Amino acid sequence: MGTRMSTDGRPLPTPNPTTQPFFAAAGEGRLCIQRCPRDGFFFYPRARCPNCLGADWSWEDVSGRGSLHAFTVDRMGHDPALAGDVPFAIAVVELSEGPRMTARIIDCDLDDLRVGMPLEAAFETIEDVTLVRFRPHAS
Amino acid sequence: MGKRAAAIVGLAEWAPQRRWDRPMFSMEAAAELAALALADAQVEHGEVDGLVTGPVFESPMFGPSALAEYLGVRANFAEMVDLGGASPAGMIWRAAAAIEVGACETVLVVCTTVPPPPRSSPSGASRGPARLPAYLGGDAWGSPQGQFELPSGLVAATPSFALLASRYLARFPTAPELLAKISVHQRENATRNPKAIFRDEPISIDDVLASRMVADPLKLLEVVMPCFGGGAVIVTRADRASRGPHRPVFVSGHGERLTHKSITYAPDLDETPTRVASERAFAMAGVARSDVDVALPYDCYTITVLLTLEDAGFCGVGEGGRFLEEHDLRHDGDFPLNTHGGQLGMGQAGLAGGLSHITEGVLQIQGRGDGRQVRNCDVAYVNGTGGMMAEQVALILEGA
Repeated sequence: MGTRMSTDGRPLPTPNPTTQPFFAAAGEGRLCIQRCPRDGFFFYPRARCPNCLGADWSWEDVSGRGSLHAFTVDRMGHDPALAGDVPFAIAVVELSEGPRMTARIIDCDLDDLRVGMPLEAAFETIEDVTLVRFRPHAS
Repeated sequence: MGKRAAAIVGLAEWAPQRRWDRPMFSMEAAAELAALALADAQVEHGEVDGLVTGPVFESPMFGPSALAEYLGVRANFAEMVDLGGASPAGMIWRAAAAIEVGACETVLVVCTTVPPPPRSSPSGASRGPARLPAYLGGDAWGSPQGQFELPSGLVAATPSFALLASRYLARFPTAPELLAKISVHQRENATRNPKAIFRDEPISIDDVLASRMVADPLKLLEVVMPCFGGGAVIVTRADRASRGPHRPVFVSGHGERLTHKSITYAPDLDETPTRVASERAFAMAGVARSDVDVALPYDCYTITVLLTLEDAGFCGVGEGGRFLEEHDLRHDGDFPLNTHGGQLGMGQAGLAGGLSHITEGVLQIQGRGDGRQVRNCDVAYVNGTGGMMAEQVALILEGA
Protein backbone atom coordinates (compact mmCIF):
# COMPACT_ATOMS: atom_id res chain seq x y z
CA MET A 1 0.00 0.00 0.00
CA GLY A 2 1.12 3.54 -0.65
CA THR A 3 0.18 4.53 2.84
CA ARG A 4 1.42 2.72 5.91
CA MET A 5 0.66 3.23 9.54
CA SER A 6 3.11 4.61 12.06
CA THR A 7 3.54 2.73 15.30
CA ASP A 8 0.88 4.98 16.81
CA GLY A 9 -1.46 4.36 13.90
CA ARG A 10 -0.98 7.47 11.74
CA PRO A 11 -1.15 7.26 7.97
CA LEU A 12 2.34 7.86 6.59
CA PRO A 13 3.46 7.88 2.97
CA THR A 14 5.65 5.14 1.62
CA PRO A 15 7.81 7.07 -0.85
CA ASN A 16 7.88 5.48 -4.29
CA PRO A 17 10.39 6.02 -7.09
CA THR A 18 8.46 9.07 -8.32
CA THR A 19 8.04 10.78 -4.96
CA GLN A 20 11.35 9.76 -3.35
CA PRO A 21 13.23 12.96 -4.35
CA PHE A 22 10.52 15.09 -2.74
CA PHE A 23 10.68 13.19 0.53
CA ALA A 24 14.47 13.00 0.47
CA ALA A 25 14.65 16.80 0.15
CA ALA A 26 12.05 17.25 2.89
CA GLY A 27 14.26 15.13 5.11
CA GLU A 28 16.96 17.77 4.61
CA GLY A 29 14.58 20.65 5.30
CA ARG A 30 14.13 21.61 1.65
CA LEU A 31 10.92 21.94 -0.32
CA CYS A 32 11.80 20.56 -3.74
CA ILE A 33 9.27 20.18 -6.55
CA GLN A 34 9.33 19.59 -10.29
CA ARG A 35 9.59 22.31 -12.92
CA CYS A 36 8.70 21.93 -16.57
CA PRO A 37 10.76 24.15 -18.92
CA ARG A 38 7.58 25.20 -20.72
CA ASP A 39 4.87 25.20 -18.07
CA GLY A 40 6.72 25.96 -14.85
CA PHE A 41 6.39 24.33 -11.48
CA PHE A 42 3.89 21.57 -10.79
CA PHE A 43 2.90 19.49 -7.81
CA TYR A 44 2.51 16.58 -6.87
CA PRO A 45 5.41 14.56 -8.28
CA ARG A 46 4.54 13.00 -11.60
CA ALA A 47 6.34 11.14 -14.36
CA ARG A 48 5.30 13.85 -16.80
CA CYS A 49 4.16 17.48 -16.71
CA PRO A 50 0.36 17.57 -16.34
CA ASN A 51 0.13 20.47 -18.77
CA CYS A 52 2.14 19.19 -21.74
CA LEU A 53 2.99 15.59 -20.77
CA GLY A 54 6.64 16.42 -21.33
CA ALA A 55 9.23 14.41 -19.46
CA ASP A 56 12.04 16.98 -19.51
CA TRP A 57 11.26 18.45 -16.09
CA SER A 58 13.81 18.98 -13.34
CA TRP A 59 13.71 19.02 -9.55
CA GLU A 60 14.19 22.49 -8.08
CA ASP A 61 14.17 23.88 -4.57
CA VAL A 62 11.46 26.46 -4.00
CA SER A 63 11.10 29.18 -1.40
CA GLY A 64 8.84 27.33 0.99
CA ARG A 65 6.68 30.45 1.11
CA GLY A 66 3.03 30.46 0.25
CA SER A 67 -0.41 31.55 1.30
CA LEU A 68 -3.41 29.93 2.90
CA HIS A 69 -5.68 29.24 -0.08
CA ALA A 70 -8.36 27.35 1.85
CA PHE A 71 -8.57 25.76 5.28
CA THR A 72 -10.72 23.78 7.64
CA VAL A 73 -10.37 22.60 11.19
CA ASP A 74 -11.11 18.94 11.70
CA ARG A 75 -13.07 18.84 14.97
CA MET A 76 -13.99 15.17 15.05
CA GLY A 77 -11.27 13.11 13.44
CA HIS A 78 -12.63 12.28 10.01
CA ASP A 79 -9.73 9.87 9.89
CA PRO A 80 -10.11 7.89 13.14
CA ALA A 81 -6.33 7.37 13.03
CA LEU A 82 -5.92 11.11 13.66
CA ALA A 83 -8.71 11.50 16.21
CA GLY A 84 -6.15 12.07 18.94
CA ASP A 85 -4.95 15.21 17.16
CA VAL A 86 -8.26 17.07 16.94
CA PRO A 87 -8.77 19.90 16.54
CA PHE A 88 -6.21 20.39 13.81
CA ALA A 89 -6.05 22.55 10.70
CA ILE A 90 -5.96 21.14 7.17
CA ALA A 91 -5.15 23.52 4.36
CA VAL A 92 -4.73 23.98 0.68
CA VAL A 93 -1.54 26.01 0.44
CA GLU A 94 -0.72 28.00 -2.66
CA LEU A 95 3.04 28.14 -3.06
CA SER A 96 4.60 31.45 -4.12
CA GLU A 97 5.81 29.56 -7.18
CA GLY A 98 2.22 28.69 -8.13
CA PRO A 99 1.33 25.07 -7.40
CA ARG A 100 -0.98 24.08 -4.57
CA MET A 101 -0.24 21.55 -1.85
CA THR A 102 -2.31 19.87 0.84
CA ALA A 103 -0.80 20.34 4.28
CA ARG A 104 -1.53 20.56 7.94
CA ILE A 105 -0.98 23.99 9.50
CA ILE A 106 1.03 23.79 12.70
CA ASP A 107 2.25 26.26 15.32
CA CYS A 108 -0.87 28.36 14.94
CA ASP A 109 -3.88 29.55 16.88
CA LEU A 110 -6.77 27.92 15.05
CA ASP A 111 -8.90 31.01 15.56
CA ASP A 112 -6.37 33.18 13.74
CA LEU A 113 -6.40 31.30 10.46
CA ARG A 114 -7.51 33.47 7.53
CA VAL A 115 -7.69 32.76 3.82
CA GLY A 116 -4.78 34.56 2.19
CA MET A 117 -2.49 34.65 5.23
CA PRO A 118 1.23 34.10 4.52
CA LEU A 119 2.73 30.72 5.39
CA GLU A 120 6.10 29.05 5.41
CA ALA A 121 7.02 25.42 5.07
CA ALA A 122 7.83 23.39 8.17
CA PHE A 123 9.18 19.88 8.30
CA GLU A 124 7.98 17.17 10.65
CA THR A 125 9.77 13.86 10.75
CA ILE A 126 7.71 10.90 11.92
CA GLU A 127 9.67 7.68 12.16
CA ASP A 128 11.70 7.61 8.92
CA VAL A 129 9.68 9.95 6.72
CA THR A 130 9.49 13.74 6.73
CA LEU A 131 6.15 15.39 6.07
CA VAL A 132 5.83 18.94 4.80
CA ARG A 133 3.61 21.05 7.02
CA PHE A 134 3.14 24.83 6.97
CA ARG A 135 3.05 27.45 9.71
CA PRO A 136 2.08 31.12 9.74
CA HIS A 137 4.89 33.30 8.46
CA ALA A 138 5.52 36.37 10.56
CA SER A 139 6.04 39.00 7.91
CA MET B 1 -35.75 21.04 -28.36
CA GLY B 2 -33.52 18.71 -26.44
CA LYS B 3 -32.98 15.03 -26.79
CA ARG B 4 -36.07 12.83 -27.04
CA ALA B 5 -34.44 9.48 -27.73
CA ALA B 6 -34.83 7.86 -24.33
CA ALA B 7 -37.17 8.24 -21.39
CA ILE B 8 -37.41 7.11 -17.81
CA VAL B 9 -40.58 5.07 -17.43
CA GLY B 10 -40.47 3.58 -13.96
CA LEU B 11 -38.53 3.33 -10.74
CA ALA B 12 -38.14 1.72 -7.38
CA GLU B 13 -36.73 3.23 -4.23
CA TRP B 14 -36.32 1.88 -0.74
CA ALA B 15 -36.74 4.14 2.25
CA PRO B 16 -33.23 4.81 3.55
CA GLN B 17 -32.48 3.25 6.92
CA ARG B 18 -29.81 4.02 9.47
CA ARG B 19 -29.78 0.37 10.51
CA TRP B 20 -30.69 -2.09 7.81
CA ASP B 21 -32.64 -5.02 9.17
CA ARG B 22 -32.59 -7.13 5.98
CA PRO B 23 -28.93 -7.88 5.30
CA MET B 24 -28.46 -9.06 1.75
CA PHE B 25 -25.86 -9.23 -0.96
CA SER B 26 -25.78 -6.37 -3.43
CA MET B 27 -26.87 -8.67 -6.30
CA GLU B 28 -29.84 -9.80 -4.21
CA ALA B 29 -30.72 -6.18 -3.57
CA ALA B 30 -30.39 -5.44 -7.28
CA ALA B 31 -32.73 -8.29 -8.13
CA GLU B 32 -35.42 -7.08 -5.74
CA LEU B 33 -35.11 -3.48 -6.92
CA ALA B 34 -35.16 -4.58 -10.56
CA ALA B 35 -38.39 -6.52 -10.00
CA LEU B 36 -39.98 -3.52 -8.30
CA ALA B 37 -38.87 -1.05 -10.98
CA LEU B 38 -40.00 -3.30 -13.85
CA ALA B 39 -43.40 -3.72 -12.19
CA ASP B 40 -43.69 0.04 -11.74
CA ALA B 41 -42.85 0.62 -15.41
CA GLN B 42 -44.88 -2.39 -16.57
CA VAL B 43 -41.90 -3.54 -18.58
CA GLU B 44 -41.20 -7.26 -18.99
CA HIS B 45 -38.01 -8.74 -17.60
CA GLY B 46 -37.11 -10.07 -21.05
CA GLU B 47 -37.21 -6.58 -22.53
CA VAL B 48 -34.20 -5.45 -20.52
CA ASP B 49 -31.15 -5.49 -22.77
CA GLY B 50 -28.98 -2.94 -21.00
CA LEU B 51 -27.53 -2.80 -17.52
CA VAL B 52 -25.80 0.03 -15.71
CA THR B 53 -24.67 -0.47 -12.14
CA GLY B 54 -22.47 0.78 -9.37
CA PRO B 55 -19.97 -1.54 -7.70
CA VAL B 56 -21.05 -5.18 -7.45
CA PHE B 57 -19.51 -6.15 -4.15
CA GLU B 58 -19.74 -9.88 -4.76
CA SER B 59 -17.65 -9.42 -7.91
CA PRO B 60 -15.09 -6.62 -7.50
CA MET B 61 -14.05 -7.24 -11.08
CA PHE B 62 -16.38 -8.27 -13.91
CA GLY B 63 -19.27 -6.71 -12.00
CA PRO B 64 -21.64 -6.05 -14.92
CA SER B 65 -21.41 -9.61 -16.25
CA ALA B 66 -21.84 -11.01 -12.75
CA LEU B 67 -24.97 -8.95 -12.33
CA ALA B 68 -26.31 -9.80 -15.80
CA GLU B 69 -25.86 -13.48 -14.97
CA TYR B 70 -27.52 -13.12 -11.57
CA LEU B 71 -30.48 -11.15 -12.94
CA GLY B 72 -30.89 -13.27 -16.06
CA VAL B 73 -30.39 -10.25 -18.28
CA ARG B 74 -29.08 -10.68 -21.81
CA ALA B 75 -27.36 -7.35 -22.12
CA ASN B 76 -26.32 -5.64 -25.32
CA PHE B 77 -24.84 -2.84 -23.22
CA ALA B 78 -23.48 -3.11 -19.69
CA GLU B 79 -21.15 -1.11 -17.57
CA MET B 80 -20.20 -0.10 -14.05
CA VAL B 81 -20.03 3.63 -13.44
CA ASP B 82 -17.49 4.94 -10.94
CA LEU B 83 -18.23 8.63 -10.41
CA GLY B 84 -18.97 8.65 -6.70
CA GLY B 85 -22.13 10.57 -5.89
CA ALA B 86 -22.37 11.65 -9.51
CA SER B 87 -22.62 8.00 -10.59
CA PRO B 88 -26.42 7.77 -10.75
CA ALA B 89 -26.72 10.86 -12.94
CA GLY B 90 -23.83 9.53 -15.00
CA MET B 91 -25.59 6.18 -15.26
CA ILE B 92 -28.81 7.78 -16.50
CA TRP B 93 -27.22 9.69 -19.37
CA ARG B 94 -25.09 6.72 -20.35
CA ALA B 95 -28.23 4.61 -20.51
CA ALA B 96 -29.99 7.24 -22.60
CA ALA B 97 -27.00 7.66 -24.90
CA ALA B 98 -26.66 3.91 -25.39
CA ILE B 99 -30.31 3.79 -26.39
CA GLU B 100 -29.91 6.78 -28.70
CA VAL B 101 -27.05 5.19 -30.63
CA GLY B 102 -29.00 1.96 -30.93
CA ALA B 103 -26.81 -0.17 -28.70
CA CYS B 104 -29.82 -1.30 -26.70
CA GLU B 105 -33.47 -0.49 -26.09
CA THR B 106 -34.28 -0.84 -22.40
CA VAL B 107 -31.79 -0.27 -19.62
CA LEU B 108 -31.97 -1.17 -15.95
CA VAL B 109 -30.07 1.34 -13.83
CA VAL B 110 -29.53 0.06 -10.31
CA CYS B 111 -27.82 1.41 -7.19
CA THR B 112 -27.57 -0.59 -3.99
CA THR B 113 -26.02 0.17 -0.62
CA VAL B 114 -26.94 -2.53 1.87
CA PRO B 115 -24.94 -4.54 4.39
CA PRO B 116 -24.31 -8.19 3.47
CA PRO B 117 -25.36 -11.10 5.64
CA PRO B 118 -22.75 -11.68 8.34
CA ARG B 119 -20.42 -14.59 7.64
CA SER B 120 -20.69 -16.35 10.97
CA SER B 121 -24.17 -15.77 12.36
CA PRO B 122 -26.73 -15.87 9.57
CA SER B 123 -29.56 -14.91 11.89
CA GLY B 124 -28.07 -11.67 13.19
CA ALA B 125 -28.47 -8.41 11.34
CA SER B 126 -25.21 -6.92 10.19
CA ARG B 127 -24.62 -3.42 11.41
CA GLY B 128 -21.29 -3.04 9.74
CA PRO B 129 -20.57 -0.32 7.24
CA ALA B 130 -20.98 -0.86 3.54
CA ARG B 131 -18.09 -2.79 2.07
CA LEU B 132 -15.92 0.08 1.02
CA PRO B 133 -12.14 -0.08 1.26
CA ALA B 134 -10.20 1.97 3.82
CA TYR B 135 -9.73 5.55 2.63
CA LEU B 136 -11.97 4.57 -0.32
CA GLY B 137 -8.84 3.09 -1.86
CA GLY B 138 -6.92 6.36 -1.65
CA ASP B 139 -4.00 4.57 0.01
CA ALA B 140 -3.29 2.36 -3.00
CA TRP B 141 0.38 1.95 -3.93
CA GLY B 142 1.22 4.79 -6.28
CA SER B 143 -1.80 6.88 -5.29
CA PRO B 144 -0.85 10.57 -4.98
CA GLN B 145 -3.62 10.91 -2.42
CA GLY B 146 -1.90 8.31 -0.25
CA GLN B 147 1.38 10.21 -0.46
CA PHE B 148 0.14 13.69 0.33
CA GLU B 149 -3.53 14.04 1.26
CA LEU B 150 -4.03 11.20 3.72
CA PRO B 151 -0.91 12.01 5.78
CA SER B 152 -2.22 15.60 5.98
CA GLY B 153 -5.54 14.43 7.37
CA LEU B 154 -7.49 15.27 4.24
CA VAL B 155 -9.67 12.18 4.03
CA ALA B 156 -13.12 11.64 2.63
CA ALA B 157 -15.46 14.36 1.58
CA THR B 158 -16.34 16.51 4.56
CA PRO B 159 -13.02 18.32 5.05
CA SER B 160 -12.76 18.80 1.29
CA PHE B 161 -16.11 20.55 1.05
CA ALA B 162 -15.21 22.52 4.17
CA LEU B 163 -12.12 23.79 2.34
CA LEU B 164 -14.31 25.01 -0.51
CA ALA B 165 -16.69 26.60 1.97
CA SER B 166 -13.83 28.49 3.62
CA ARG B 167 -12.90 30.06 0.32
CA TYR B 168 -16.46 30.91 -0.58
CA LEU B 169 -17.10 32.59 2.75
CA ALA B 170 -13.80 34.48 2.54
CA ARG B 171 -14.75 35.81 -0.89
CA PHE B 172 -18.45 36.34 -0.21
CA PRO B 173 -19.26 36.66 3.47
CA THR B 174 -22.62 34.94 3.88
CA ALA B 175 -24.74 34.79 7.00
CA PRO B 176 -24.71 31.27 8.48
CA GLU B 177 -28.49 31.55 8.77
CA LEU B 178 -28.79 31.55 4.98
CA LEU B 179 -26.84 28.33 4.55
CA ALA B 180 -28.81 26.86 7.44
CA LYS B 181 -32.02 27.69 5.58
CA ILE B 182 -31.11 25.02 3.02
CA SER B 183 -31.15 22.34 5.72
CA VAL B 184 -34.29 23.73 7.31
CA HIS B 185 -36.36 23.93 4.15
CA GLN B 186 -35.20 20.55 2.92
CA ARG B 187 -36.08 19.00 6.28
CA GLU B 188 -39.51 20.57 5.93
CA ASN B 189 -39.82 19.00 2.49
CA ALA B 190 -38.79 15.71 4.08
CA THR B 191 -41.77 15.84 6.42
CA ARG B 192 -43.92 15.28 3.32
CA ASN B 193 -41.88 12.32 2.08
CA PRO B 194 -42.86 9.10 3.88
CA LYS B 195 -39.54 7.54 2.82
CA ALA B 196 -37.39 10.29 4.31
CA ILE B 197 -35.31 9.28 7.29
CA PHE B 198 -36.07 12.63 8.95
CA ARG B 199 -39.77 12.65 8.01
CA ASP B 200 -40.71 13.32 11.62
CA GLU B 201 -37.85 15.66 12.48
CA PRO B 202 -38.18 19.21 11.18
CA ILE B 203 -35.46 21.54 12.38
CA SER B 204 -35.06 25.28 12.88
CA ILE B 205 -32.35 27.72 11.86
CA ASP B 206 -31.29 27.83 15.51
CA ASP B 207 -30.99 24.04 15.59
CA VAL B 208 -28.55 24.16 12.68
CA LEU B 209 -26.52 27.00 14.15
CA ALA B 210 -26.38 25.28 17.53
CA SER B 211 -25.28 21.92 16.12
CA ARG B 212 -21.65 21.09 16.69
CA MET B 213 -18.92 22.08 14.31
CA VAL B 214 -17.51 19.06 12.49
CA ALA B 215 -15.11 20.74 10.04
CA ASP B 216 -15.12 24.52 10.05
CA PRO B 217 -17.33 26.05 8.79
CA LEU B 218 -19.58 23.01 8.37
CA LYS B 219 -21.87 22.07 11.24
CA LEU B 220 -23.45 18.72 11.90
CA LEU B 221 -26.91 19.65 10.59
CA GLU B 222 -25.33 20.83 7.33
CA VAL B 223 -23.91 17.35 6.70
CA VAL B 224 -25.73 14.31 5.27
CA MET B 225 -26.23 11.24 7.38
CA PRO B 226 -24.99 8.06 5.71
CA CYS B 227 -27.44 5.18 5.70
CA PHE B 228 -28.49 2.12 3.76
CA GLY B 229 -30.89 1.80 0.86
CA GLY B 230 -31.24 1.25 -2.84
CA GLY B 231 -32.99 2.35 -5.97
CA ALA B 232 -33.51 1.43 -9.60
CA VAL B 233 -34.73 3.18 -12.73
CA ILE B 234 -35.91 1.85 -16.08
CA VAL B 235 -34.86 3.84 -19.17
CA THR B 236 -36.29 2.88 -22.53
CA ARG B 237 -36.47 4.00 -26.14
CA ALA B 238 -38.84 6.91 -26.68
CA ASP B 239 -41.23 5.05 -28.96
CA ARG B 240 -41.71 2.36 -26.31
CA ALA B 241 -42.01 4.80 -23.42
CA SER B 242 -45.64 5.76 -23.91
CA ARG B 243 -46.86 2.18 -23.44
CA GLY B 244 -46.37 2.34 -19.70
CA PRO B 245 -48.64 3.62 -16.96
CA HIS B 246 -46.65 6.77 -16.23
CA ARG B 247 -45.82 9.94 -18.10
CA PRO B 248 -42.48 9.31 -19.85
CA VAL B 249 -39.66 11.51 -18.62
CA PHE B 250 -37.11 12.36 -21.28
CA VAL B 251 -33.43 12.72 -20.48
CA SER B 252 -33.32 15.81 -22.66
CA GLY B 253 -29.93 17.19 -21.72
CA HIS B 254 -26.83 16.10 -19.89
CA GLY B 255 -23.36 17.32 -19.08
CA GLU B 256 -20.40 15.81 -17.29
CA ARG B 257 -17.15 17.29 -16.03
CA LEU B 258 -14.18 15.85 -14.13
CA THR B 259 -10.86 17.57 -13.63
CA HIS B 260 -9.46 16.32 -10.32
CA LYS B 261 -9.87 13.77 -7.58
CA SER B 262 -8.43 15.68 -4.62
CA ILE B 263 -9.83 19.17 -4.20
CA THR B 264 -6.33 20.64 -3.79
CA TYR B 265 -5.61 20.01 -7.45
CA ALA B 266 -8.83 21.42 -8.91
CA PRO B 267 -7.98 23.84 -11.71
CA ASP B 268 -9.85 26.51 -9.74
CA LEU B 269 -11.27 26.11 -6.24
CA ASP B 270 -13.62 29.00 -6.95
CA GLU B 271 -15.42 27.37 -9.85
CA THR B 272 -16.85 23.89 -9.49
CA PRO B 273 -17.05 21.48 -12.42
CA THR B 274 -20.82 21.94 -12.11
CA ARG B 275 -20.53 25.09 -14.21
CA VAL B 276 -19.42 23.29 -17.35
CA ALA B 277 -21.57 20.21 -16.72
CA SER B 278 -24.69 22.31 -16.20
CA GLU B 279 -24.03 24.64 -19.11
CA ARG B 280 -23.74 21.65 -21.40
CA ALA B 281 -26.93 20.09 -20.03
CA PHE B 282 -29.00 23.25 -20.40
CA ALA B 283 -27.64 23.92 -23.90
CA MET B 284 -28.33 20.37 -25.02
CA ALA B 285 -31.86 20.47 -23.68
CA GLY B 286 -32.56 23.93 -25.06
CA VAL B 287 -33.98 24.83 -21.67
CA ALA B 288 -33.57 28.09 -19.76
CA ARG B 289 -32.95 28.27 -16.02
CA SER B 290 -36.32 29.96 -15.69
CA ASP B 291 -37.98 26.93 -17.31
CA VAL B 292 -36.96 24.69 -14.42
CA ASP B 293 -39.93 23.72 -12.24
CA VAL B 294 -37.98 21.79 -9.62
CA ALA B 295 -34.26 21.97 -8.83
CA LEU B 296 -32.65 18.84 -7.45
CA PRO B 297 -28.99 19.62 -6.74
CA TYR B 298 -26.82 17.08 -4.97
CA ASP B 299 -26.71 18.09 -1.33
CA CYS B 300 -24.07 16.22 0.63
CA TYR B 301 -23.60 19.55 2.48
CA THR B 302 -25.37 22.89 2.48
CA ILE B 303 -22.38 24.48 0.77
CA THR B 304 -22.74 22.01 -2.10
CA VAL B 305 -26.23 23.36 -2.79
CA LEU B 306 -25.10 26.97 -2.65
CA LEU B 307 -22.15 26.40 -5.00
CA THR B 308 -24.32 24.37 -7.36
CA LEU B 309 -27.06 27.02 -7.52
CA GLU B 310 -24.44 29.59 -8.49
CA ASP B 311 -22.41 27.50 -10.90
CA ALA B 312 -25.50 26.00 -12.54
CA GLY B 313 -26.54 29.56 -13.31
CA PHE B 314 -29.64 29.95 -11.15
CA CYS B 315 -27.96 33.05 -9.74
CA GLY B 316 -24.68 34.84 -10.20
CA VAL B 317 -21.42 33.94 -8.48
CA GLY B 318 -21.45 35.51 -5.04
CA GLU B 319 -25.21 36.02 -5.17
CA GLY B 320 -26.12 32.71 -3.57
CA GLY B 321 -26.74 34.19 -0.16
CA ARG B 322 -29.15 36.75 -1.51
CA PHE B 323 -30.82 34.08 -3.64
CA LEU B 324 -31.41 31.97 -0.55
CA GLU B 325 -32.73 34.97 1.31
CA GLU B 326 -35.22 35.81 -1.42
CA HIS B 327 -36.52 32.34 -2.27
CA ASP B 328 -38.65 29.73 -0.58
CA LEU B 329 -37.19 26.27 -1.23
CA ARG B 330 -40.18 24.30 -0.04
CA HIS B 331 -42.33 22.22 -2.37
CA ASP B 332 -44.94 24.95 -2.54
CA GLY B 333 -42.41 27.79 -2.54
CA ASP B 334 -41.31 29.94 -5.44
CA PHE B 335 -38.15 27.85 -6.03
CA PRO B 336 -38.93 24.24 -5.12
CA LEU B 337 -35.62 22.56 -4.29
CA ASN B 338 -34.93 18.96 -3.29
CA THR B 339 -38.61 18.40 -2.66
CA HIS B 340 -37.95 14.87 -1.36
CA GLY B 341 -35.94 16.42 1.42
CA GLY B 342 -32.71 15.99 -0.47
CA GLN B 343 -30.16 13.71 1.07
CA LEU B 344 -29.95 16.10 4.02
CA GLY B 345 -33.58 15.24 4.76
CA MET B 346 -34.05 11.80 3.23
CA GLY B 347 -30.67 10.30 4.14
CA GLN B 348 -27.65 9.42 2.03
CA ALA B 349 -28.06 5.78 1.11
CA GLY B 350 -24.75 5.49 -0.71
CA LEU B 351 -25.20 5.68 -4.47
CA ALA B 352 -28.97 5.50 -4.01
CA GLY B 353 -28.68 8.90 -2.34
CA GLY B 354 -27.56 10.43 -5.60
CA LEU B 355 -30.27 8.47 -7.40
CA SER B 356 -32.89 10.02 -5.13
CA HIS B 357 -32.53 13.38 -6.90
CA ILE B 358 -33.37 11.62 -10.18
CA THR B 359 -36.25 9.57 -8.80
CA GLU B 360 -37.71 12.70 -7.23
CA GLY B 361 -37.49 14.56 -10.53
CA VAL B 362 -39.26 11.68 -12.25
CA LEU B 363 -41.97 11.43 -9.58
CA GLN B 364 -42.61 15.17 -9.70
CA ILE B 365 -42.85 15.25 -13.51
CA GLN B 366 -45.11 12.18 -13.45
CA GLY B 367 -47.39 13.85 -10.93
CA ARG B 368 -46.57 11.27 -8.28
CA GLY B 369 -45.25 13.73 -5.70
CA ASP B 370 -48.17 13.06 -3.35
CA GLY B 371 -48.12 15.50 -0.45
CA ARG B 372 -45.16 17.38 -1.88
CA GLN B 373 -46.24 17.66 -5.50
CA VAL B 374 -44.96 20.74 -7.30
CA ARG B 375 -47.75 22.29 -9.39
CA ASN B 376 -47.43 22.00 -13.17
CA CYS B 377 -44.06 20.29 -13.01
CA ASP B 378 -42.59 19.57 -16.43
CA VAL B 379 -38.87 20.30 -16.19
CA ALA B 380 -36.36 19.19 -13.56
CA TYR B 381 -32.72 20.11 -13.11
CA VAL B 382 -30.76 17.30 -11.47
CA ASN B 383 -27.13 17.36 -10.48
CA GLY B 384 -24.78 14.76 -9.11
CA THR B 385 -21.61 15.49 -7.20
CA GLY B 386 -18.95 12.91 -6.51
CA GLY B 387 -16.09 12.48 -4.11
CA MET B 388 -14.38 15.65 -3.02
CA MET B 389 -16.42 18.04 -5.21
CA ALA B 390 -14.76 16.29 -8.09
CA GLU B 391 -17.06 14.39 -10.44
CA GLN B 392 -20.01 16.40 -11.68
CA VAL B 393 -22.98 15.40 -13.83
CA ALA B 394 -26.00 17.55 -14.67
CA LEU B 395 -29.25 16.32 -16.18
CA ILE B 396 -32.31 18.02 -17.56
CA LEU B 397 -35.42 15.85 -17.25
CA GLU B 398 -38.56 16.79 -19.18
CA GLY B 399 -42.02 15.32 -19.25
CA ALA B 400 -43.40 14.05 -22.55
